[in-house]
Amino acid sequence: MNFSPQKFEDLSPAANSGDGESLTVEQAIANLESADLGLRFYAAWWLGRFRICEAVAVTKLIAALEDEADRTPEGGYPLRRNAARALGKLGDRQAVSPLIACLDCSDFYVREAAAQSLEMLGDPVCIPSLIKLLQVGLQGEQLISKQPDLSQPYEAILEALGTLKATESTPLVKPFLEHPIELVQYAAARAMYQLTQEPVYGERLVKALAGERLQLRRAVLADLGAIGYLPAADAIAQTLAENSLKLISLKGLLEHQVNHTTASTLSAGAIKVMNLMDSLL
Amino acid sequence: MNNSDLAQILIRAVEEADSSDRLLDAVQVLAAAGIEESVPTLIAALGYNNPGAAVAAVDGLIAIGEAAVPSLLELIDDYNYSARAWAIRALAGIGDVRALDTLFEAAKNDFSLSVRRAAARGLGTLRWHQVPPEKLESVQTQVLEALLLISQDPEWVVRYAAVTSLETLAISIAVTLPDQASRITNQLQQMLDADADLGVRTRVKFAQEKIQQQQHQEVFAPKRKLQETEVEVPHRGGGRR
Repeated sequence: MNFSPQKFEDLSPAANSGDGESLTVEQAIANLESADLGLRFYAAWWLGRFRICEAVAVTKLIAALEDEADRTPEGGYPLRRNAARALGKLGDRQAVSPLIACLDCSDFYVREAAAQSLEMLGDPVCIPSLIKLLQVGLQGEQLISKQPDLSQPYEAILEALGTLKATESTPLVKPFLEHPIELVQYAAARAMYQLTQEPVYGERLVKALAGERLQLRRAVLADLGAIGYLPAADAIAQTLAENSLKLISLKGLLEHQVNHTTASTLSAGAIKVMNLMDSLL
Repeated sequence: MNNSDLAQILIRAVEEADSSDRLLDAVQVLAAAGIEESVPTLIAALGYNNPGAAVAAVDGLIAIGEAAVPSLLELIDDYNYSARAWAIRALAGIGDVRALDTLFEAAKNDFSLSVRRAAARGLGTLRWHQVPPEKLESVQTQVLEALLLISQDPEWVVRYAAVTSLETLAISIAVTLPDQASRITNQLQQMLDADADLGVRTRVKFAQEKIQQQQHQEVFAPKRKLQETEVEVPHRGGGRR
């Protein structure tokens, strides 16, 4: 999972971003069918960014998943990518089947966006299709010999299978712990922890926090926050990365603590995490 | 070798560092020396886009303390928002009331959420003993008003920071402004009931617990700097049960 500190600063709802026109909801929905491809592309992003869950927006974004007008020289589908990303944010289950269909799209980035959005929508009906896509990288229960294999968005697929608790996929997720691309290894470790709850996979991510590259440490922070692995708390607070990212990661641990204790009192783990968060503000 | 010579050597090491690891090491050594002359170099390290070096520099500036405040206040006008956030963190760590107007401005109006977050935190870590006694009430009221506003920021992390500061302020004003304390109590309760973010709501709960504990204790300690981990202020206890 990639995220940059820049991205956070962009997400401030108060900010009137100077990098695009300000739209009204009606305009954005209308622009999805504009003759200007740039306006369509922007409108699809905008509807997701501001979480415009209106039925007509969902319907038109689903239609945009089959767009043929907007093509890159390499044959990619920019509008489909943005529409797929937006539909994940809108939380409407109607998008599940059309997004499953996108997993067969010829454009890698459309497949990636579809996997990420299916993860967000959380409907297990997509699990068999995700498994089928993961198996492209496998011969039985081993990675295919041609490596590094960049043919599929494995990172997004693995994360989705973990979030969806697709325990039947565990033997197929495991080989990706050995993938030559570190981000894919982390996604596999993250999913394995979610599927098995075995600390060894959480520890693998903790170890990666001490890695050399900032970009990778940022990704691991996101992974640990997503799985809420409490024993990582100190390592998260101490890793060399932006405090914004550490705070988001620790918030993931905190919320996991709260959601998994039935008691109304704060757990020792929750208090520990909050004290660390306070020190990073 | 005197401090000044040492500072020169360590500053040169920072300037000549040719990798991010070497820079981090050099800044850590310079920060640990805690020499006042190193303030400009430590401040420069806040803007190198090297989070490790920035953390070390912030720690060094906090250790140097009040002597670093004027230079930090100058830096706030910088165009580099990440450096500005680190500078605000250093000011928050020092707790110097000369930074008050800067903190108000940054917490309410800065476009960068990391700056707003650090400033909101800084409003809760002020050294109240620096304020002349006749001004204390009005300054604390100002801080209270600001925090009530900031606790409605659209960003969860800024609201979270505001809650930590409302907590320390509630404990401070239990003595000086007991009739204002209910405004904090009410705001926290409202956030517990209605804040959209689970992390923020959980922190509110924690703040409420700590404020309550404080009310049930009788502490006769000399005034001292509010620590990050443990807040202890003189308190007569039992005033409003």
